[in-house]
Order: sequence, then structure tokens, then C-alpha cells
Amino acid sequence: MAEISTPPTQHRLSRAGLAALLALGAIAVACVVLPLGAAGTPEAPALPIAVWVDVAMNWIVRDASLFGIAFSDLTRALATAAQWPIEVMQKVLAEGWVSGAGFNKRQVLPPASWLGVTLAASLLAWRLAGLRLGLFAAMSGIYLATFGLWTSAMMTLSSVLFCVLASLSLGLVLGIRAHRSPGIEPAVRAVMNIMQTVPTFSYLLPTLLLFGYGPSAALFATVAYAMPPMVHATVIALQSVPSDTLDLARMTGCSRRQTLWKVELPVAMPRLAIGLNQVVMMTLNMVIIASMIGAGGLGYDVLRALRRLDFGAAFEAGMAIVVLAVLLDRLTQALARQQSAGNGRGRAQRTWVVGLALILVPSVLSLFVPALALWPEAWTLSVAAPLNDAVSYINQQFYDPLEAIRTTVLLYVMNPIRDALQLLPWPLVIAATALGGWRLGGGRTAATVVVLGLFIVVTGYWSAAMGSLYLTLLSVILALAIGFPFGIWVAGRTRLQAGVQLFLDTLQTLPTLVYLLPAVMLFRNGDFSALIAILSYAVAPAVRYGIDGMLHVPSERIEAAAMSGCSRWQTFRHVRLPGALPTLLLGVNQTVMMALSMLVIAALVGTRELGQNVFTALSQGMAGPGIVAGLCVAALALIIDTILKAAAARATQSEGNSHV
Amino acid sequence: MSEANAFHSRHRAAETAISVSSVWKVFGEGAARFRSRPPAERTAEALSRDHLTGAVQDASFDIGRGEVFVIMGLSGSGKSTLLRCLTRLIEPTEGHITFGGQDILKLGEKALADLRRRRMGMVFQHFALLPNRTVLGNIAFPLEMQGIDRARAEARARELVALVGLSGRETRLPTQLSGGQQQRVGIARSLATNPEFWFLDEPFSALDPLIRTDLQDEVLRLQREQSRTAVFVTHDLDEAIRLADRIAIMENGRIIQIGTPEELVTRPATDYVRRFVAKVPPARVIRVASLMRRESIASAAMSVPAEATVSEVAAQIVASAGPIAVTDKAGRTLGSLDRQTALETLAAL
Ligand SMILES: Nc1ncnc2c1ncn2[C@@H]1O[C@H](COP(=O)(O)OP(=O)(O)O)[C@@H](O)[C@H]1O
Ligand SMILES: [Mg+2]
Repeated sequence: MAEISTPPTQHRLSRAGLAALLALGAIAVACVVLPLGAAGTPEAPALPIAVWVDVAMNWIVRDASLFGIAFSDLTRALATAAQWPIEVMQKVLAEGWVSGAGFNKRQVLPPASWLGVTLAASLLAWRLAGLRLGLFAAMSGIYLATFGLWTSAMMTLSSVLFCVLASLSLGLVLGIRAHRSPGIEPAVRAVMNIMQTVPTFSYLLPTLLLFGYGPSAALFATVAYAMPPMVHATVIALQSVPSDTLDLARMTGCSRRQTLWKVELPVAMPRLAIGLNQVVMMTLNMVIIASMIGAGGLGYDVLRALRRLDFGAAFEAGMAIVVLAVLLDRLTQALARQQSAGNGRGRAQRTWVVGLALILVPSVLSLFVPALALWPEAWTLSVAAPLNDAVSYINQQFYDPLEAIRTTVLLYVMNPIRDALQLLPWPLVIAATALGGWRLGGGRTAATVVVLGLFIVVTGYWSAAMGSLYLTLLSVILALAIGFPFGIWVAGRTRLQAGVQLFLDTLQTLPTLVYLLPAVMLFRNGDFSALIAILSYAVAPAVRYGIDGMLHVPSERIEAAAMSGCSRWQTFRHVRLPGALPTLLLGVNQTVMMALSMLVIAALVGTRELGQNVFTALSQGMAGPGIVAGLCVAALALIIDTILKAAAARATQSEGNSHV
Repeated sequence: MSEANAFHSRHRAAETAISVSSVWKVFGEGAARFRSRPPAERTAEALSRDHLTGAVQDASFDIGRGEVFVIMGLSGSGKSTLLRCLTRLIEPTEGHITFGGQDILKLGEKALADLRRRRMGMVFQHFALLPNRTVLGNIAFPLEMQGIDRARAEARARELVALVGLSGRETRLPTQLSGGQQQRVGIARSLATNPEFWFLDEPFSALDPLIRTDLQDEVLRLQREQSRTAVFVTHDLDEAIRLADRIAIMENGRIIQIGTPEELVTRPATDYVRRFVAKVPPARVIRVASLMRRESIASAAMSVPAEATVSEVAAQIVASAGPIAVTDKAGRTLGSLDRQTALETLAAL
């Protein structure tokens, strides 16, 4: 069918394509002739959008008022109000109650004992997910305590707990609201989509201005970042409640409250728990990043160590983040699984009581045995020194090959691509991209490309955006070149699959900051390290979609191919690959998004692109440029997203409707 | 009116439990203005021209107390919508519905909730069990919502567990039950408040054929023990014939015929109904009473009940050598059955 209808379509397209090519040529000529494109790109913004944003933000912060109360007072009051529960949590978990200051400083009450918290966490993990996670939790606790990372880890954990609770409750309330008033849902989804493409750093800027520099600003940013998925998850979860079940509620005469609490929420619980997992992982990622504006904790430890070039210490703190991430992920996943299996409850109450006792007994004992409150500094273990030695040894021994790889790639691949992209006149780039978008998805796609592209040009970030694009494209191409073949290879090997999936799951739970460490250890600062970091972050979805794509080809088609005597290669080439194409294209999209979200983190190792602009703006507290550069990253992401989505839709279409 | 009709009109002769007259349910934009339409503007063409869906069009019927009234039709014909109009889960666009003489379309929110809670029970196609509650917890749910205290609710729930044959599984969660067992819980829950009116919306469509037959038997048994006024929706003609006192056949929102299974098979009102029932062996639905001759005979070799279907007494008919007497429930002889006629009915396809 598809093949019969192709020739006329192609014919028409080729004629239209010819016209478009002519137009492109004209633009190219114009660029050369007119001064417009001669310098490649405009450096100064045509419209001072960043300034406007600054002015607007300043107005909000200084002058705006709501019902006669200054907006800034409102936000600061909110910050103060939030401060209290955070401090209590931090005192309980990390710091203990202290009186006096300086030399008179005296601990009135120690924090919860590390032994108690570790035991309670192990019990919880064992109960929820089995013995293995229980043991893992125990070992994690011991690692954190003995390596002197306990206090930092508990600071991070208390921030995570606070933000998760806030995101969860706000998300639930808003989600229930949105669910009850249909029509809001599409708006929520649109906002969600944009928020997920804006780099995490950009969330920090407005909150900094609104809430002041300090932990609560970081926490508000985190909540703002992690709450929308919960709203979305809540709406989806409530929508998934079958209409039969809602009819039941009405037939049994439930009130609105009863319907919500006794019928809708229990039925929606498995999906809500999945939302919780997402919120927890996003929160952890953001809390780590937010250490840059004073949230403290493990992220701060990593950054500080990196600045001192103390890779060993950075590695230790990084491992603590990894351990925490894996633990939180597995725990919330187990919770979700248990919810959808329908059990839970029952013994839960006893577990709580025992868990509380496990925390309390060592904590009380720690009043007499200080080693239970905090692992004594004298006994602290560290592998930092040998690690540092190892890193220096490797760097010395393998200096030549490592340096050779680095410089070759930089000189002959990376720099030329970047220069080429930055030298190309912007009208040409936008027009060519729009043409591609038009052929794939029609006028709307092309228009989206043009509008978003012009936004980048107008704000004066074109050159930086091309810097971002080159890093992204290069790492995506590498990630796909490694990930797809590997995923496709794994898909054929059932026994390998489970292991690889587990590894990918773990890889994807790690906060972005962790990915920087190995790259920096081996290749120091610079674009090459950034490339490696982005690549290692973005390769996971590529592998995953490679596997998924292969597995989702209907088995009947493969059987049909076998019956018609196809060879393995023929089956792959003519049945599996075309069948997997839509999924693979989605995988490309996902990989690009991951790469883009890593950009700003990679800016920490000194790249020159949008991420760096955001990062610099953040460290200087300049809201306007930071927000606008962040929006440019979002614009870039949306352009790539629309084009790839159109391509995926096209592939599905030519696949026929057999999927549905 | 034939004998069969006279026999089967027992429910119509009995007290009317639910009365439905000229009920419409129209979906789509502008459905609110539907009431002001003249009859000429209510045809299928007029509705589709205005992008309206006439899910239920001008439905009128009475259901007798204790009757099992089956609504049958293909998917999308409006069965669920009609059923939900009866309980006002869907607000009818127009018409009158009375339960025991009380117009339920005039009830306020609270009175309606009360009516549903105390006097109606409903069984759902996809069971609609609450995943976080045990078998017992699910069955006790309607009682809990009524504010009945825990101990009494649990005692009643235990009775119902036994009634539907789930003893020993009280503390299982829905995910630990098979589909058939889940629907047994659904049935038990719908009967927890001992309702007068029982609504079942394709309760067995999601189950395997063998389990389906089991549960149909279960419904027949429950109705024998305590007959409730039941409205049963199905798209399965076989099921309809097994359970129904009367069947309403729906096509595109309209009820095109209401009658006993026998009436539908022997006197289909339209070609559509004829095609629908074409595969039903007449002996399955034709009652002995319909074939009976009024003359009584002296030397009957055996007797068969008048209300039985021909296929139910097939073995006796085949085995008998001489004339067969027809008796009523009390055992009085009403007439005789000609063996040849009965055999022809049995052989007919
Ligand atoms: N809420 C609704 N909005 C619009 N159309 C509906 C709605 N519910 C049902 N319909 C339409 O009404 C018709 C009858 O539906 P339904 O009663 O569910 O059929 P059945 O139960 O016989 O399969 C169908 O055409 C369906 O699309
Ligand atoms: Mg239905």
C-alpha cells in the first residue's frame, strides 16, 4: 500500500523541494552579499529581552504588591515560614540542637544516631523490597558514617524529605483540582512540557531573587522543579480510575470526600506511587545542584573537592550521592510495586513501631556514647589519598595517550564542527532547518522552528546556542552510535537483558553532577570532558530505546518473515529495523533531551555555550541573562523535539496502522 | 392472546416495579435544547445532521416486580446508557421513570443518594472492586458508606461471602482472585444492602465461557431464593435467553422489540430481530404451553409441566410412546402434547 502511493508523493515533494532549495540558495547568497550575515551571527541582542526580564523581575521583587502586601515581603515571609520545618528536620537528622556559639558552643541534644537511622532504613528497605535492599541500606549507612559523610548526607536527605513532602502535597492538591476542572489538564501538560526542557539551573534564578540567597531559595526552586510531575501524575492517576468504579461510588451514595479518599485515591495509588518515585529522583538531582546556592550537603562537598582538584574526596562524596540515589529509587519503586500488587498495610504498623524504636534507642544511648551520635573523626576512613595518587599516576603514566586522544578529537573533530556551526549565517541555518521541518511535519513544524530560531537570534545568544548545539549533536551522535547497536545486540540476548536493564536503571537514577567526576579526573576541564560527561549521561536512553524498539516489533511479523525464509540479516533489515524505527526515533529524541539537560551541568567544567551563560549568570546573580539563556536552551530543545516528533510520526505512518 | 403469552404475562399482570416512559438521552453539543424539538425533528437523520448522538430514543416499558428484564443489543446500541438512566447515573434528557410509583427524576440529590444506597444494587462489567480492600472489605463497602457499624457490616459481609461461595477467601485481595471470583465479590457487594432493584451491566462479558455459565447459574439460583426486580444488560443472546423473563432488543438507541424469548423467536418484529434470533433452536425457547392442545386425554403415559421449554423435556418426549399430558404447577392436567408436533419442534433449526 505504502509503496504504491509513494511515487506521486515523492514527485510532488521533489518539485516543492526544488523550490525550497532555490529559496535556500537565495538566502545563502543574500547572507554573503548583505552585511547581515557577513559576520556569521549577530553578537549583540537585537531586542534587549534579558534587560526586560531583569526589569520585570526587579519590579516584582521591589515594587509589586498583592492586596497591599509587597510581593517581596510575601516571598520572604514564605521563606521564613519554610525555614522552620527545614531547620527542625536538619537538626533531627544532621546537626542536633546546639546552644551558645564559638567556644561556648555546646550540644544540647545530639542528632538522631547514625546507627539508629541506618538500622531503621535497613528495616524499611528489607520490609519493602527484601533482604538484598536491606543489606544494601545497611552497607550504605556504614559507608556514609565511616567515611565522614554522614552529616552532609543527612543535610541532603533532610532537604530531599522536605521538598518531597512539599511537592507531594502541593502536587496532589493541584492535581486533584486540575482533575476536577477539565480543560485545565491540557494547560497543565503544556506547562509541564516546557518546564521539563528548561535547564534545572534556570529554576534557581527567580527563586534566588524572590527568596534571597540561601537554603530556602534552593528548596523553593527544587519544589518548583519537582512538583509539576506530581501534578501530572495525579491527574493521570485520577483519570485512570475506571468509570465503573466511579459509578460504584455514586451507587453506594459516597459523598465527594468519601469518593476521593475511599475510592479514587486508593484505586489511583499505584500510579501515584510511580509519580512519587519521579518526584523523589528529580528532587535529589535538584537538591544536589542547588548546593551551589547554599543548600549544603553532598553536592556542596563534591563541588568544593572539585575546586581543590581533590578528586579522591569528590569521588567519595559522589559515591555517597550514588548510594543515596539508588536507595531512594529502589525504595520508592518497591513502594509503587507493592501498591499495584495491592498489599501493604497489615504488618506495616509493627514495622513502624520497630523502626521508631531502632532510631530512638541508639539515639538515647548516644547521649552517653558519643560515637553513636557521630562517627568519631579519628576513626574516619578515607580512600581519597590513594585515589588521588591513582589518578595522578594514571595521568602521568598515560599522559601521552590520553592527551593525544583529547587533542586529536578537539583539533580535528570538535573545534571544526563548532567553528563551522558558528560561522554559518543564521538565516541559512534557520531556513534549512525549517525546510527539513516542513518536509517532515508540514507548515506548523516549520513555523515552530522559525519562531523559536528567531527568538534565539533576537536575544543575542545565537553563537552560544551553536556552541550548545555542537556539543549536543556530537555527544548525541556518539551516544546513538554506541547505544543503538549495543541495545539491538542486547535485545537478542534474553539472559543479558535483565542485567543491562538494571544497570541502565541505576545509571539513570544518578544525579547529573556525578557524571562529571570520571571525565574530569581523566581529562581535566574543557570541552572534551564535557563531551564525555554528556555522552555517558545520554547513552543510557539510547541503549534502552534500542532494546525496546527491537522487542516491540510484533512477533507475528518476525514469524511471518521466518516462514517466508528470510535470513537473519534480511529479517533484521526488512522487518525488525523498519518495525523498530518509530521507537528508535523517540529514542533519539530522548537522548537529545538528556544531552541538553546535562549541558548546564557540563558548564561546570568550563564549556563555552548557553550552559555557561546560565551558570555565569547564576554565580553573579543576574536574573535576566540567566533566564533568557535558559529559555534559549529550551527553545533549542523544542526545535529538536518538534522535528524529531514529526519524523517519528512520519515513520509510524509509513509503518502502517498495524501498531494500533 | 396465545396460551404462552397468557402464561408469560405473569409479570405484567403483577405489580409494576419500574415504569419507563418516553425516555430520551441525547449526547452532544446542544443536547440541552433537545427538549424543545418537535417529533419530526427527532428522527435519526435530524439528530445526526446536528451532530447529536441519540443514545436512547423514546424508550418506554414497564418492569414487573421480581422480573428479570434483559436489555440486549450490539455494542454501542445504548444499553448501558439506558441502564444508567434508570439509576440516574446518567441524567435522561427527557421522559419519566418511576420506581414503585415514585418519580425518580424529581428526587433531590440527597433523596436520590438514599434511594440508590438502600434500594438499589449494581454489578459492573469490569467488577469495579477496590484494590486496597479484602473480599470482606469490598463486600462491606456499601454498608460502611451507609454508616452501619463495623461489627454488623462484617457479619453481613460474611453471610454474603458464604452466599456466593467464597468462604475461606475472606481476607484475599482482589488481585489474588480469578476473574470469576472477582465478579462473585461484585455480586455479593451489590446484594449487601439487600436491595429491591438489581442492575447488572454486562456482568459476565469479561469472563471465559465456562465461568460465565457458572455465574449465570448463580444468578438464577439467587433469583430463585429471593426474586428481585433485575435489569440485566448483555450482548450475548444465549445469556439473555437463559436469564430473561423478557428481553428488550435495542438497535441504534431504539428499543425495537420487547418480548419473552419465545415471542422474539417465533414472532420477530423486524428483519433485524429475525437475523439476531436466527441461530436459536426454537425448542430452546418454545414452551410446552404453546404447543399444548386443550383436549384432555384419559390414558396419558407421562406428563410434562406447561412452563417448561420443549428442549427441557426433550428426553421425555423422545422416550414416550403414547400421548403426553401437560400439567400446571399444582399438577392439574391442562391439556395434551402431540408427540409428532413436539418432535418437529425439536428437530427444527
Ligand atoms: N458520555 C458520552 N458522551 C457522548 N456519547 C456517548 C457517551 N456515552 C455513550 N455515548 C454514545 O452513546 C451510544 C451508546 O453507548 P452505550 O450506552 O455505552 O452502548 P452499549 O452499552 O450498548 O455498548 C454510543 O454511540 C456511544 O458512543
Ligand atoms: Mg455497555
